[in-house]
Amino acid sequence: MTINNENKNNGETASSAESSINLEASRRNFIFGSVAAAGLTVAPGMMLYQTANARSLSDFSLKDGASSKVRWGMLVNTTKEVDWNKCVEACNKEHGLGNEKDSRDDQKTQYIRVVDVKNKGTGYSMSLPVMCQHCENAPCVDVCPTGASMKRADGIVLVDRHRCIGCRYCMMACPYKARSFVHEVLTDQTENTPRGKGCVESCNMCVSRIDNGQEPACVEASEGAIIFGDLNDPETPIAKILAKHGGKQIRADLKLNPGVHYQGI
Amino acid sequence: MKKLHFLEVEGNTKGFYSFLGLFGLISLIGVLAAYYMEHNGHWVTGMSNQVIWGTPHVFAIFLIVAASGALNIASISSVFAKTSYKPLARLSGILAISLLSGGLVVLLLDLGRPDRLIVAMTQFNFVSIFTWNILLYTGFMGIVGIYLWTMMDRPYNNLTKKAGMAAFIWRLILTTGTGSIFGFLIAREAYDSALLAPMFIIMSFSFGLAFFLLFLMGSYKYTQRELGDYIVNRLKNLLGVFVAAVLYFVIIYHVTNLYSADHRGITQFILTSGGIYTFLFWVVQIALGSLVPLALLYGPTGNNRTMVGTASVLIILGGLAQLYVIIIGGQAYPMQLFPGMEVSSSFYDGVVAVYAPSLPEFLLGLGGVGVTLLLATIAIAAMKFLPASLSDEVADPHGK
Ligand code: SF4
Ligand code: SF4
Repeated sequence: MTINNENKNNGETASSAESSINLEASRRNFIFGSVAAAGLTVAPGMMLYQTANARSLSDFSLKDGASSKVRWGMLVNTTKEVDWNKCVEACNKEHGLGNEKDSRDDQKTQYIRVVDVKNKGTGYSMSLPVMCQHCENAPCVDVCPTGASMKRADGIVLVDRHRCIGCRYCMMACPYKARSFVHEVLTDQTENTPRGKGCVESCNMCVSRIDNGQEPACVEASEGAIIFGDLNDPETPIAKILAKHGGKQIRADLKLNPGVHYQGI
Repeated sequence: MKKLHFLEVEGNTKGFYSFLGLFGLISLIGVLAAYYMEHNGHWVTGMSNQVIWGTPHVFAIFLIVAASGALNIASISSVFAKTSYKPLARLSGILAISLLSGGLVVLLLDLGRPDRLIVAMTQFNFVSIFTWNILLYTGFMGIVGIYLWTMMDRPYNNLTKKAGMAAFIWRLILTTGTGSIFGFLIAREAYDSALLAPMFIIMSFSFGLAFFLLFLMGSYKYTQRELGDYIVNRLKNLLGVFVAAVLYFVIIYHVTNLYSADHRGITQFILTSGGIYTFLFWVVQIALGSLVPLALLYGPTGNNRTMVGTASVLIILGGLAQLYVIIIGGQAYPMQLFPGMEVSSSFYDGVVAVYAPSLPEFLLGLGGVGVTLLLATIAIAAMKFLPASLSDEVADPHGK
């Protein structure tokens, strides 16, 4: 009998889902690049810079396993005029989604979707992308009988698809409808995201890209409207913006402490 | 009072083989239906990413809940020392095991990866209520098995009371555990109620006894054994009490939900605007599954076996409808991502999900009932579960 502990998995065992990755890929200091730039535009007038000892993505890789010092998170600025569908497309491309042949629309996998919200009283409306919120107190992880749903030490929640028995209890438990069940046999899969009939899957924050020193695909496609980084490090742009301007979590009342934060909701 | 005497059902008869064949066939069809769904993937079912658990779960949970309730008769006999139920205790135990097995088969065959059963049985996440349920179910089989053994093996008869007590406590925990599967789904309005677990317990009493009564009357009829009015009347009166109790809980559950702002939406949905769910609730669960049986059991028809049987069948159908409304209706109603706001998306946020059960799903669920009946039928022929006679002289402690 193996007793599972949600945090025991490091990069390698965590996921057979993440296959071999070229660790030497160029991944130097990209925080200086897109993320910091994004940060600047997210909070106009706020000067952001990377201090010498602030950790950058490249300090963490599969080599060391996921570190519990880090908590990866995202900040979505919904006030920015961007086409969120670009994020959806980037996600689908990255993970090879949308290749179902037989499934009905309500059976197809979506890792990230654009939700339109309208206030009936005032008429105010907005759109925002919603994906797995990478909850700290993740209900999907708690309810999973086999430990296939798990949270890495760095806060990324994902499914070990070799351990998932397809009971779908995690889908019942997720308040954000972030998970999908694979309803048919799939072919044409991307190298980093093996998917399989009868298993549950969801946004894994592009864990193999992160372990490779890159940003998640939706972040890259968001034209700066989503920034990604370590919530635990006060020196990262994401932490600074959150500290200065605040952010909101969807259904914060459920006290799950999602890693995905929003501005403008 | 005549002496109680247990006897196996004669297995080598045409009648017995016909039943065996019938139940075997229903089970086999269920397994084939499951194979069809597994082979193709769940796209051939009505289930989706919105309605995640479908008709198989309705049957599975019905059977599991009924299993715990079927044990009631044995509990009343050994725990509460009511001697008039003693002749039925063995049947009560074996039906409990059969029902649980039938339910678990359905649950297993509806998994996305039933071939990974071994993973489910070896890798446990002890935070998960699902894991605890797996352990509770396995334990239930074991404890009821021991309980039956103490009843059937004379030297160990003195242990029956203790074993019966253990089984009684275990089954209460088990049904609470089953109810809690839903209780842990914080974001789904339908399940967020402290009343759900006790309601499941009282539902188990009713469904389990209805099944028990049908099996009892059926087996005595087809084996031409005598079944006196004393037993049947006691059981049907008890059944009426349980049905009324479930009805009472259902009313309290919906009334309290109507008074809570967080749950008003789902309650109004079920009670008034939910289409098929509203129909199932009022017509099948309340009218056909509760009120009509109460009238049949307590009215002038109460002495007519056919009517008692009809009432039991209706209670079972009402129970299935009730679980359908809870399980599927509860999922069809949209989760509130932004409470109070209007939401929409490509992933069906903010809309009532559409679900129509497919034939294979239904056949798999029915297969679970087949497995239950098959196991119970084999058991009563293989071992001494049924009294040779339950005539009033045998059964009535005050009779001559
Ligand atoms: S959003 Fe859903 S799937 Fe993602 S961590 Fe939270 S509960 Fe789990
Ligand atoms: S479907 Fe898979 S990941 Fe989800 S709870 Fe079941 S075993 Fe765990």
